[in-house]
Amino acid sequence: MADRIISTSFGIKLIYGSLFVCFLFFTAFVYTSQVPDTTSLPTRELALQGKHIWQKQNCGACHQFYGLGGYIGPDVTNVISAKGKGETYVRAILTHGTATMPNFNLTLKDIDALVAFLQEADKTGKSERHHFMADTYGQIHPKGNKPPQK
Amino acid sequence: MSKSLGFLSIATGLCFLVAGIVFGTLGGIFYLFPQDLRDLLPFTKLRPLHVSSIIFWILFTAIGGLYLYLPKHKNRLATKLGLGQYMLLFTAAITILGCYVAGIFGGREYWEYPPVLGALIAASFVLLGINFYKSIRHKPATEPWPVYRWMWFSGILFFILSFAESYLWLIPYFKQNLVRDMAVQWKSYGSLVGSWNMLINGSALFVMEKISGDKTAARKPLTYFMFFLGLFNLMFNWGHHIYSLPVSNTIRYTAYIVSMTELLILAKIIWNWRSSLTHAKKHSHILAYRFFTAADIWILLNLVMAILMSVPAINLYTHGTHITVAHAMGTTIGINTMLLLASVCYACKRFLGDFTASKLKLLNRGLYLSNFSLLIFWVALIGAGISKTVLQTGNPNLPHALLMQQLVPWFVGFAVSGFGIASGIILIIWPLLASILNRKNKQQLQKRQLQPS
Ligand code: HEC
Ligand code: HEM
Repeated sequence: MADRIISTSFGIKLIYGSLFVCFLFFTAFVYTSQVPDTTSLPTRELALQGKHIWQKQNCGACHQFYGLGGYIGPDVTNVISAKGKGETYVRAILTHGTATMPNFNLTLKDIDALVAFLQEADKTGKSERHHFMADTYGQIHPKGNKPPQK
Repeated sequence: MSKSLGFLSIATGLCFLVAGIVFGTLGGIFYLFPQDLRDLLPFTKLRPLHVSSIIFWILFTAIGGLYLYLPKHKNRLATKLGLGQYMLLFTAAITILGCYVAGIFGGREYWEYPPVLGALIAASFVLLGINFYKSIRHKPATEPWPVYRWMWFSGILFFILSFAESYLWLIPYFKQNLVRDMAVQWKSYGSLVGSWNMLINGSALFVMEKISGDKTAARKPLTYFMFFLGLFNLMFNWGHHIYSLPVSNTIRYTAYIVSMTELLILAKIIWNWRSSLTHAKKHSHILAYRFFTAADIWILLNLVMAILMSVPAINLYTHGTHITVAHAMGTTIGINTMLLLASVCYACKRFLGDFTASKLKLLNRGLYLSNFSLLIFWVALIGAGISKTVLQTGNPNLPHALLMQQLVPWFVGFAVSGFGIASGIILIIWPLLASILNRKNKQQLQKRQLQPS
């Protein structure tokens, strides 16, 4: 029976069409599903500028957010709230570069914007491994409280 | 559809592969001396130059296969569409690499160029879609399409959809929210990779059909089933990239469950394993078969790793390490590149005549050298990934510079074997390009020989 459906033109189109409809629904779900909301932050516009600078300088070639990006440099999702790091540390690095990270000759305005962007990223959740735990099905969840929604 | 266009596209693809491995090798060297090369070989330029060249290798060569293997329809529009498609993609590719060299960015990972250039790539695929439609229309089907035609169709359709989706970040609703933006970004990337896999695998199936002479294989219910499983994964399997991202649980569980359906693919491979190996020896297209066999082995290795990495509790430890890079390059070199090279070897032999003994020797050496090096490369990257996880888990506050220092032995293995891959691939590209570029001379020679003197 299944064999017969899958080897006729009509059957193939039917399966294809059904899958495609599911795909559209899932896509709509992904676009609208709830995510940590940072749009009400007062520095929202500045953070958006920071994101543009991040892309214009291609910082992502070496850095990751939530583990996604290039691997020469560290993940920077939570650099703002990390122990011993924070805004002043970030400003120093952005101003001078490091042995491996070039000095991008950023203006003070650029640095303000990048810091706002990193602050916003920090508020969306935690990315480091020790903030997660696995359930019995092998799925992982953030430990303790859910990431802040505001 | 058009042989000249097919070979033009393939030759262009091979040139981008050369560029890609040269930039890759430089990237490997950067890994060894990041401080000394910081300003001399900026990694912000090297990485996109490498990855984009590789993407253009895949796109040009996969599209070249379509031009060679789709039914012929001789009309001027087809040639114009084809040339238009080629010129758009070529202009985009050259401009994009030029932007990187000049340090002009503005996009995101894998498409780091200023977003307007994306329009050229999209337009090129729309022309390809129209041409595909015309070619199929030209020969109305009396029976269901063979699977490879569905694959080509899906490849083109989902490339256009997902490529457009990867630019949704230009709209404030997506751009303003980092998490939503990243979720949509990786959703689109998952499907994009799936779409060129469809183009490549379609051509691989087509070539296998031609070599084996077995027309039923691409029309069996099981083959359609595997195609739908692939399509299902293309649509829903991207979420394993973002398990740690604070998105809805529905997305994270869907990713987990869908990823596990890949176990069925694994089962089928193991089932077919022996028969595909014994088949290999009998046929005249032995070279193409060898590339297929190499791809088979890499499918198996990468699939086992991918399935493991798709279990969130394991992904927690592999994510954000070089294991991801091992997966990315293991699949793009071991599977995509080997399948594309199989297709190019087949096309050269079928349309341009046998390889000479000396070319065959180079091709075989290249095949063994690149695959053997890839194995070391892959293991070195996995080793670097595991070490990073172990070090980070032991001491979450370890400074990044110290962490990287301890990974250097793995990076040496990575860079040296990368050089081996590059050398092997050059040994393969050289005779292939020579065959294609000599094509015109050969045809003229044949014509002259045919003329009565
Ligand atoms: C060539 C690779 C490279 C590029 C490009 C790069 N960085 Fe870095 N970055 C590093 C490395 C490596 C470190 C860690 C310090 C070190 O070991 O030198 C670092 C550290 C940082 C840190 C501190 C992170 C921490 O946890 O200690 C921040 C913040 C940062 N970079 C931001 C940026 C921004 C913003 C850009 C783009 C303008 C950028 N980086 C571009 C390599 C890079
Ligand atoms: C056919 C050959 C190759 C293909 C298809 C290929 C493909 C890729 C892909 C898809 C990525 C992105 C990985 C990711 O985002 O995780 C990548 C990254 C990279 N590749 Fe290759 N590659 C090839 C050859 C090489 C070679 C020979 C080297 C030499 C060492 C190399 C070095 C690199 C480096 C350094 C990166 C960046 C890793 C990082 O982000 O830190 N590649 N390659």
